[in-house]
Amino acid sequence: MNELFILMKSELLVTGLLFLLLFIKIGKGIKNESLLLIIQSLLLVNFIIGFFFNKEGNLFDGMFNTNGLIALQKSILSLGVYLISLLFADWFKKSEHMAEFFMLMLSALLGMFFMISSGNLLIFFLSLEMATIPVAAMVNFDLDKKISSEAAMKMILSSAFSSGILLFGISLVYGVTGTISFAAMPAVLDGSPLMILAFVFLFTAFAFKLSIVPFHLWTADVYEGAPFATTSFLSVISKGSVAFIFMATLYKVFQPMQDVWYNMIMLLSIVTMITGNLFALRQQNIKRFLAFSSIAQVGFILVGMSSNSPAGTASVVYFILVYTFSNLAAFGVAAAIASQTGKEKIDDYKGLYQNNRFLSWVLALALFSLAGIPPTAGFFGKLFLITAGASKGNYMFITIAALNMIISLFYYLKVVRAVFMDKNDFPVEKITIQFSTKLALIICSTGIVLAGIFSWIYDYIQALS
Amino acid sequence: MPNATYIALIPLLPLAAFILLGIFGRKHFKNSAGIIGTFLLLVSTALALYTAYGYFFDYGKVNGVYQKLIPLQYNWLQFSPGLSIDIGILLDPISVMMLVVVTFISLMVHIYSLAYMKGEERFPTYYAFLGLFTFSMLGLVVSSNIFQMYIFWELVGVSSFLLIGYYYDRPSAVAACKKAFIVTRFADLGFLIGILVLSFYSGTLDFNTLIQRLTSPESSELKTAVAASFLGVSALTWGVVLVFIGGAGKSAMLPLHIWLPDAMEGPTPVSALIHAATMVVAGVFLVARLFPVFSMSAPALEIVSYVGISSALFAAIIACTQTDIKRVLAYSTMSQIGFMMFALGVSGSGGENGLGFTASMFHLFTHAMFKALLFLGAGAVIHFIHSNEMKDMGGLRKYMPITHITFLIACLAIAGVPPFAGFFSKEEILLAAYQHNSFIYWIALITSGLTAFYMFRLYFNIFWNKEHEPQGEHHHGEGGFAMMMPLLLLAVGAAAAGFIPFGHFVSSDGAALESEFHFQFSIAPVALGLMGIFTAMWLYKTKNNKPDKIAVSLNGFYKAAYHKFYFDELYQLITKKIIFNLIGRPAAWIDKNVVDGFVNATGSTTQTISEKIKGFQSGKVQQYAIYFLAGVIALAVLFIYVWK
Repeated sequence: MNELFILMKSELLVTGLLFLLLFIKIGKGIKNESLLLIIQSLLLVNFIIGFFFNKEGNLFDGMFNTNGLIALQKSILSLGVYLISLLFADWFKKSEHMAEFFMLMLSALLGMFFMISSGNLLIFFLSLEMATIPVAAMVNFDLDKKISSEAAMKMILSSAFSSGILLFGISLVYGVTGTISFAAMPAVLDGSPLMILAFVFLFTAFAFKLSIVPFHLWTADVYEGAPFATTSFLSVISKGSVAFIFMATLYKVFQPMQDVWYNMIMLLSIVTMITGNLFALRQQNIKRFLAFSSIAQVGFILVGMSSNSPAGTASVVYFILVYTFSNLAAFGVAAAIASQTGKEKIDDYKGLYQNNRFLSWVLALALFSLAGIPPTAGFFGKLFLITAGASKGNYMFITIAALNMIISLFYYLKVVRAVFMDKNDFPVEKITIQFSTKLALIICSTGIVLAGIFSWIYDYIQALS
Repeated sequence: MPNATYIALIPLLPLAAFILLGIFGRKHFKNSAGIIGTFLLLVSTALALYTAYGYFFDYGKVNGVYQKLIPLQYNWLQFSPGLSIDIGILLDPISVMMLVVVTFISLMVHIYSLAYMKGEERFPTYYAFLGLFTFSMLGLVVSSNIFQMYIFWELVGVSSFLLIGYYYDRPSAVAACKKAFIVTRFADLGFLIGILVLSFYSGTLDFNTLIQRLTSPESSELKTAVAASFLGVSALTWGVVLVFIGGAGKSAMLPLHIWLPDAMEGPTPVSALIHAATMVVAGVFLVARLFPVFSMSAPALEIVSYVGISSALFAAIIACTQTDIKRVLAYSTMSQIGFMMFALGVSGSGGENGLGFTASMFHLFTHAMFKALLFLGAGAVIHFIHSNEMKDMGGLRKYMPITHITFLIACLAIAGVPPFAGFFSKEEILLAAYQHNSFIYWIALITSGLTAFYMFRLYFNIFWNKEHEPQGEHHHGEGGFAMMMPLLLLAVGAAAAGFIPFGHFVSSDGAALESEFHFQFSIAPVALGLMGIFTAMWLYKTKNNKPDKIAVSLNGFYKAAYHKFYFDELYQLITKKIIFNLIGRPAAWIDKNVVDGFVNATGSTTQTISEKIKGFQSGKVQQYAIYFLAGVIALAVLFIYVWK
């Protein structure tokens, strides 16, 4: 019994937080500002506790697994949620239904925790849904905006479609192998055509969540319509959690079929990087821009994943940590500007540096990191991914990936140029930033700079994987 | 063994200057920033000279061979059990020589800028950037690990980007720094892949181990690297050629040279630092650092030689037609670096065969002196005239006597007139080429004649030609002591550096190389050089219409050369027209017409309905689902039937 509390401590903690919020909401009488402060502190506690009492083991006949690496992955997600609660303080305080937003976010987080820990297809499916449906409600949270509701509808319909295919795949897997347990599956996978078909169905469900081309079409619309807080949650936390479980399934469950999935990953990675980059080049809206650029980033994650080795695991986890810092910083700056001026076009960013030095530097740092320019952590992230991918000896693939890194430089630098160099007669006026937003931006910037230089971070991840 | 602390201080002091001036400069050191930066670098230079003295005359030599010493090594990232990235200091003849060159030239530029940049609004920022650049360059030359070198290599790129774009309110400067950054990034990509290939086969990133594993004939790593092949070329060759592409980008070798002339938009002292003595020779240094590995692959060396010689000739021809004095110098730099490259390309490893290696490093050394001098002299002229164009100059010899004499010395040095420095190093290069490849030798000979011609064309156009008409505002004369002192010091270097018995210190295998001096051999190049000088004198000493006539008679060729053989236009065509039109446009078109267009078409038929519930039932989501399903089916078909 005691073991259950230790092994499931992250899930239990998040559940506890959920109930706490529910009671606070029912009780009313707390101002938004103090409530936000409470929530932020609780999320910080949640993040810190993630580092203690970690134990390896499984529960319920292997339905639920945990180990050091999984705990670390959960901590990264908790960190992201904590940063989101800080970053968008301005928007939260204005919102009437702040507590609900956090309840939805925590429910999704809970779903993700179960998903990462899941040990069979059933739990996996349930937790995946749990991680998706609250997010659709979060997308709809700009209640007075039509575009927000439209985005939510698009998301829920698309993911319902994807879930349908996933369920079809799961039933085929069960039909072929007679089991839904991850642990028992490798021994009975036979690589027959039917099995490949089932695998493709499963694969596309992951691909949908990760916005891998051609399953990415919902991404840009949803990102654009959703509030910034939701968009950043979707692009960082959702993506991260799915990438973790995707990798674990490929490496552990579908190991016997590695030849099939290696080719599949390679193909889709190339298509994804190229499509993401080319569309990002043309975007004018900063949210759509970040959406397409995040599609391209997922293409890079696949490069690391393709290596099928502990080095691959380490590089993906490290990259997602770095990506959390970089992308949240970029979204934070964009949200700060949008919430006070309503400006979301890249053209509006021209001459930003004139009045907003701090925001400009943070944005530049974030974009440099996303573009993978040394010595930011983003460079090391990409480097580890590519090195891990290169261990397969497929140089054509690696060369294409590296070339895409260069292409992405063009559009990231385009924004940086607009911020620092382009002239603008009416630049964005001086923006006052909330203290907590500033704190989060500083944390992100520090992370971007130091995660690359302090080698023990990568060493630690590598030791776990 | 040397004391690691003070050697580490050589790069760290400029870094300290960067941090100090970058953070506090604007508020606290508005006026003293220059002095602080210069002082810190002075200490750095002194330490570098002390290190060089110690290395060359005290502890460096064991049994007549210079050793590769590693006084400092820190294990920074353990990549996998066998592969680690270290940060360390590697002392060997070339890195010690580079330490001296970089600190010395940078010191000269620091001093010169005290006067040249005086009164600039962002004066502290300028010195902070100079500090960052010097730090990166010094870190690059002492790297003990190929990955460390790559990091500093990128830092050099970033800091040169900042310096070239220093006048960020000028659109041309902004465009130039961007161009430099992006072109060299493309090349750096080659470098990075090269590193991955080499480290994959050698199983290490450490220079010494890597060289040792990839050169000793019985090592298993070398055998696999030679046996593995891709597109019919061995992996070893691929590795070094990719590394060379990185070097060629930084060193502005054909066809990656297009950024260099534009980079002249930066302040002139910056051009002297970056584009004469330090950053542009990083590529040469890189090849020299990995030279033992290069010499294991004959095709790679051939590529190095032919890229070098064609850049040398090509740039020399263009330099003859340019009218902006800094651009002439830029192309001449490219041409001289071409000399250094092909000298490496024709060199063998070890003993007498290594003449090309020594010659290349020697030329790097002397070139740093006279080219920095030329740029700083040009800076003084520009400071005086307020223009970069030759037509605004002429007859300045009376107004700027010191600049005139030092510029003349530098021109004689680069033209290869004895006894100035360039003569000795160029002789060695030509000799090395003569011994190995007569075709390259002849082209090099012609190029060195052209060099003399265009340099003296520049010289006569600035200091002779027509009479100068003072316009009443030249009150500041030549510039103060701070600008003249570096010129004089560098002039001494340009005149005397040739007498250093360079082969005793720097050679491909560490053992002293006795360079012989062949009197008969020197006749041809010197005669050609003098011919170039006299032709330039005949054409440009006084104002006349001969040059125009020649230009007319060579119409097509002259025009092509004047327009730099249309290289920029070619790149424009490729990037703007082809990439943009063939990829960017169609992508946008599909986005706009296929995806949105379909929606619009559906929308127009059901306009009345969709007006009310627009976006919600626009058909888009169905459309997405169809694409989704198509993707699923395509994947299933592909992997079940086709790609088994």
